[in-house]
Amino acid sequence: MADHSHDHGHEAAFHATTKDYVIGFVLSVILTAIPFWLVMSGAIADKSTTAIVITAFAAVQVVVHMIYFLHMNGKIEGGWNLMAALFTILLVAIILSGTLWVMFHLNANMMPVKMDGMG
Amino acid sequence: MASTNLTEQYYDLHEHAHPDGYSTTLGFWIYLMSDCLIFGMLFATFAVLGGNYAGGPAPKDLFELPLVAVNTSLLLFSSITYGFAMIAMQNGSKKGLIGWLILTLCFGLGFLSIELYEFHNLIEEGAGPQRSAFLSAFFTLVGTHGLHVTFGSIWLVTLLFQVGKHGLTEANKRRLSCLSLFWHFLDVVWIGVFTFVYLMGVLR
Repeated sequence: MADHSHDHGHEAAFHATTKDYVIGFVLSVILTAIPFWLVMSGAIADKSTTAIVITAFAAVQVVVHMIYFLHMNGKIEGGWNLMAALFTILLVAIILSGTLWVMFHLNANMMPVKMDGMG
Repeated sequence: MASTNLTEQYYDLHEHAHPDGYSTTLGFWIYLMSDCLIFGMLFATFAVLGGNYAGGPAPKDLFELPLVAVNTSLLLFSSITYGFAMIAMQNGSKKGLIGWLILTLCFGLGFLSIELYEFHNLIEEGAGPQRSAFLSAFFTLVGTHGLHVTFGSIWLVTLLFQVGKHGLTEANKRRLSCLSLFWHFLDVVWIGVFTFVYLMGVLR
């Protein structure tokens, strides 16, 4: 029982080490500096390629923050932390992709109809 | 003795050994996830409206990336100093904890000052939230993040006094670890802001 309460108790929520924070910090600095440099210097001529690359850097940095700063893993709170986070990521993905899909198709589809009416 | 009790057959009535603050962090985490949905909505709004300048200024004319880079690094520094505060707390060092918390607060206030300076400049230039759909969405998204940092800072000051007065009690440790989640969460949201609002805005 003592073991049980230790695993699920609040102690497990911040099982942090200096090493974790330093690794997380160094990675974040690198993952932040590169996108800024890419955009400010225009190192990649093609803008949509740059956009994809900086999006990838952001995604990796979010994962780094979740592991090293928020200490996400499958063990804290019996895995419920991670489950809630994954569910939220799913919801946000649906919100973002759904909104963009609907709204930008709305733009593309509605304009010609309006023009026909006017013409 | 109680095994004959019908209720006990179906419900877990025995209190397990719950340490003080058991599952508070989980509850707080679920609050943060709902906050995440708010930001998800605001990002979606910005993604839809971010290109509607209404003949007004575009991100390229408004955003100063060096300033954003400074702001981003302030927030990153505040994240690691908060981390060190948590480690000082684990080691039972009240002095270390308070020192790192004050440093974190300074970075947080620095971030807010630069953000307010930026907002002030934008509004002075006539690029306030009422100028275009892009600027409305921008001020709503970045402003909401800034408000979170403001409340996080107020919370931090409160905890400084709590720790100063009552020391490293279990309740204070629980509060500090909740604020830790909050603070790092705001840094994660900022990754989205600087990537999709500022960097992508300048790219457009």
